[in-house]
Amino acid sequence: MTDTVRRFAWGAARLAPIIVLLAAWEMFARSGAVTPFMLPALSAVAERIYDDAAGGDLFLNIGVTVYRALAGFAIAAVGGVVLGAAMARNRAARWFFDPVISVGFPMPKIAFLPVIILWLGLYDVSKITMVVLDAIFPVVTATVAGIASVEKELVWTARNMGAKNRELLWQILLPAALPQILTGLQVALPIALIVVVVTEMQMGGYGLGGAMMQASRFANSRGVFAGIVEIAVIGYALVAAMAWLRRRLLAWHQEAQGATGV
Amino acid sequence: MTVAPATKAAAPNVLVRYSPLLIHALAWEAAARLHLVSSLALPPLTDVVQAWVELVASGELVSNGLSSLYRAGAGLALAIAVGSALGIFMAISRPVNAMLGPLVELFYPMPKSALIPVTVLWLGFGDGSKILLIFLGCMLPVTIGAYNGARGSDQHLIWSARSMGARGPRMIWDVVVPSALPELLNGVRTALALSFILLVSSELIVARQGLGNLIGYLGANGSYEAMFAVVLTVAFIGFLADRVYQAVVERALRWRE
Repeated sequence: MTDTVRRFAWGAARLAPIIVLLAAWEMFARSGAVTPFMLPALSAVAERIYDDAAGGDLFLNIGVTVYRALAGFAIAAVGGVVLGAAMARNRAARWFFDPVISVGFPMPKIAFLPVIILWLGLYDVSKITMVVLDAIFPVVTATVAGIASVEKELVWTARNMGAKNRELLWQILLPAALPQILTGLQVALPIALIVVVVTEMQMGGYGLGGAMMQASRFANSRGVFAGIVEIAVIGYALVAAMAWLRRRLLAWHQEAQGATGV
Repeated sequence: MTVAPATKAAAPNVLVRYSPLLIHALAWEAAARLHLVSSLALPPLTDVVQAWVELVASGELVSNGLSSLYRAGAGLALAIAVGSALGIFMAISRPVNAMLGPLVELFYPMPKSALIPVTVLWLGFGDGSKILLIFLGCMLPVTIGAYNGARGSDQHLIWSARSMGARGPRMIWDVVVPSALPELLNGVRTALALSFILLVSSELIVARQGLGNLIGYLGANGSYEAMFAVVLTVAFIGFLADRVYQAVVERALRWRE
């Protein structure tokens, strides 16, 4: 019982700075030091979010944005692991893709957005392609590094017991590399979210980024701030979900057994 | 990042290593010249090079490039200064940590591109809004790097420095900062990559100047050779910045060995 109370108190203590920040926002906006155009009051922004939600637009925009981000992220995850595994296990694949990956990783791929629009048009395909293009690099490098660092003894033992290539990959290499692969995915997810918002802002249409840009064009600052709050909440939820997934998937791994918080 | 086995970087090895890029370039040229793809969708590489030379000669590439670099540099410098100070104070002071920790945790996963319209609302279409965006967007990775690095600094070092009379800012500068440096510099590398993403996105979406703006302008005018030339230039600058940064960091951290 005392444990629950203590946990509750701890959670409340951590919430305090956030509540203070929100209160300061509201008071500063109402104080008249800034115009409502520069900084609308939190309550006005909340009202706007409520209106969007009541009209159904909010859920449509969230759904579209999350769909694009997660579709691109999923393709990047699968493609990245496949490519990374191929590069780690096959010399020809490594020769061909290594320079592409090491040159492409640090490049700002977002600069290719107009090229992708030129090729694929303004709809979902080009937005998802853009997400894949940006999110795949961390997954590939994490997979290559993860598989390369699997202990040799583990591989030899499996071979000795007659494991075929496919069994070796699925039962030894990928599980052993999983912590690093997941780290790569945790790097890729925020990138996917940044990119999806940018593509929506650039191309317009439905989606949280498009809605924000629309509000910005009409100098509707309540709409812009509502968009920021919505995108921040979605980003926080998705990143937290990814961390939860990591704990679930690695429940067998020693990193989870240590059970130390940040 | 190098995946290839370490080689004693002789010239032929480099050539073999990067030959796939050459193959891509040749395939690009061939596909465009043989009209396998429309030259609107993919102008031949040689035409792109020619357009690049013209852009440099006209001064357009240089003036826009300088304006982009100024924005990225100023925003990043602010982010590094404020971000590392925040991270180090969070690591050495419990009250600061209790106050700022939850806020950092809340804002860190936020897709920073959402700030583009707000910075425009506040500071307009010019340099100011880009610098603010890059500052806000790049600060938190530096903060988290500095925080993790400083928190991991050896408690014995701090105690012995204290016992030898080191106090306050002196102690932070001489003991905490050096031990935080590797993780701090790692955070800066993330921030560097982010700064390019945010710079190009914000210039593409709302700007009057800069490389991103030039890409959008050329694309809207249908001068695709020139657009490809600028896109490749931006990509190359991003790549170069990362490599130069890594080389500098390697030198800076040599004392640790």
